[in-house]
Amino acid sequence: MARITAGVASSHVPLLGVASDFNKDRDEYFGPIFAGYDWTRAWEEAEKPDVVVLVYNDHASAFDMKIIPTFAIGCGERYKSADEGWGPRTVPDVEGHPDLAWHMAQSLILDEFDMTIINEMDVDHGLTVPLSMMFGKPDAWPCKVVPLAVNVVTYPPPSGNRCWALGEAVRKAVESFPEDLNVQVWGTGGMSHQLQGPRAGLINKEWDNMFLDGLIGDSDHLRRIPHIEYLRETGSEGIEMVMWLIMRGALGKKTRALHRHYHVPCSNTAIGHLVLRPDNGEGLDMAGSGVTAVAAE
Amino acid sequence: MITEDPKHQDIHEYLAEMEDIPGTRVFTAARARVGYHINQFAMSLMNAENRAKFKADERAYMDEWPLTEDQKQALLARDYNRCLDLGGNVYFLSKLFSTDGIPFAEAVSTMTDMKFPEYREMMMQGGRSPEGVRSIKANEAAAAAKKEDR
Repeated sequence: MARITAGVASSHVPLLGVASDFNKDRDEYFGPIFAGYDWTRAWEEAEKPDVVVLVYNDHASAFDMKIIPTFAIGCGERYKSADEGWGPRTVPDVEGHPDLAWHMAQSLILDEFDMTIINEMDVDHGLTVPLSMMFGKPDAWPCKVVPLAVNVVTYPPPSGNRCWALGEAVRKAVESFPEDLNVQVWGTGGMSHQLQGPRAGLINKEWDNMFLDGLIGDSDHLRRIPHIEYLRETGSEGIEMVMWLIMRGALGKKTRALHRHYHVPCSNTAIGHLVLRPDNGEGLDMAGSGVTAVAAE
Repeated sequence: MITEDPKHQDIHEYLAEMEDIPGTRVFTAARARVGYHINQFAMSLMNAENRAKFKADERAYMDEWPLTEDQKQALLARDYNRCLDLGGNVYFLSKLFSTDGIPFAEAVSTMTDMKFPEYREMMMQGGRSPEGVRSIKANEAAAAAKKEDR
């Protein structure tokens, strides 16, 4: 049976993709940001997930204003990097897992989440930047990806509660897939940032860290934060954090944090990153598996 | 951190709250509807051929789109706050930032009362505090109370 072994949260600022692609990732500005992902890269090498269910949002790349799906799941064989106006990123194509994705789509719809199914699309920085942050610059991505796209651009986006519940349904969907797969769920976007209007540049370290705290342990209070709270406290684009709740919902009642990183700024944005284990008697390694071994190599 | 039962959300209250944040235009359905062609126009700039056409004659290129005169003027002037007022969304407008070849953060800074170096410095110092920019109504109430005190 497939099982969810970890949840990863990460910002997906496009500038991080630029830094990675143009080898600026260890300079004075980006170094402290990327350093916070070194632990995770070593850990991912040891974990070797088969599939990542990658929750992200499209930024006017694959979807324009013609069609706005609230929740969409990618069931395709592969996805190319989108041209976001300055040419596509030179990263490997993203390989899908159509069998798992179609299984999840069916299971989610039967569970009353009426997903939009996507067979062809390009994926933008929302999806490829987290891959770069977690895996660096390989010739091919080391795992398959099931893209799960969420509308957080046109209001209203789904509520935090709905996102959390979708995460719970994702867990059920993954765990009912007969193949033995090591699956991670990633929630991306955030943290506090506002990219528009006279209030642009808003950052709220205190609130962001309360949110990070809230993802750890057995409380589910984060699912009841209303949109207006994200908007007032974390800026107009901070709403992306509802996508982290899909990841959190997929980890079951309790989680434990393996790694945490927070940094301001990256361009207009606060960077947040968290690696979580489900902690409900799954018997997973809570120390960070072979990280020390990999780091020593 | 405020939490509440999402089942109690009233749509009219919800939409009114969206308009209560200083210096912020939330991309509501009303804005999405008014700005449909601004955003689709901006989207067309993802294509290199269209970018070249636009750069050769911005006005002529925009005249092919069902944009209002106000929208065209705001786009020509790169007045991004005005574009937001007329239904533009920043992720779509960012196609224009890249057509112009300016960094995202620089374009964002033009919507504030700061020049780009000053804005960048603010970000380096930890960004803009939410203090005093959470709610228009709360700010008005505070100002009224202060007036009464005098």
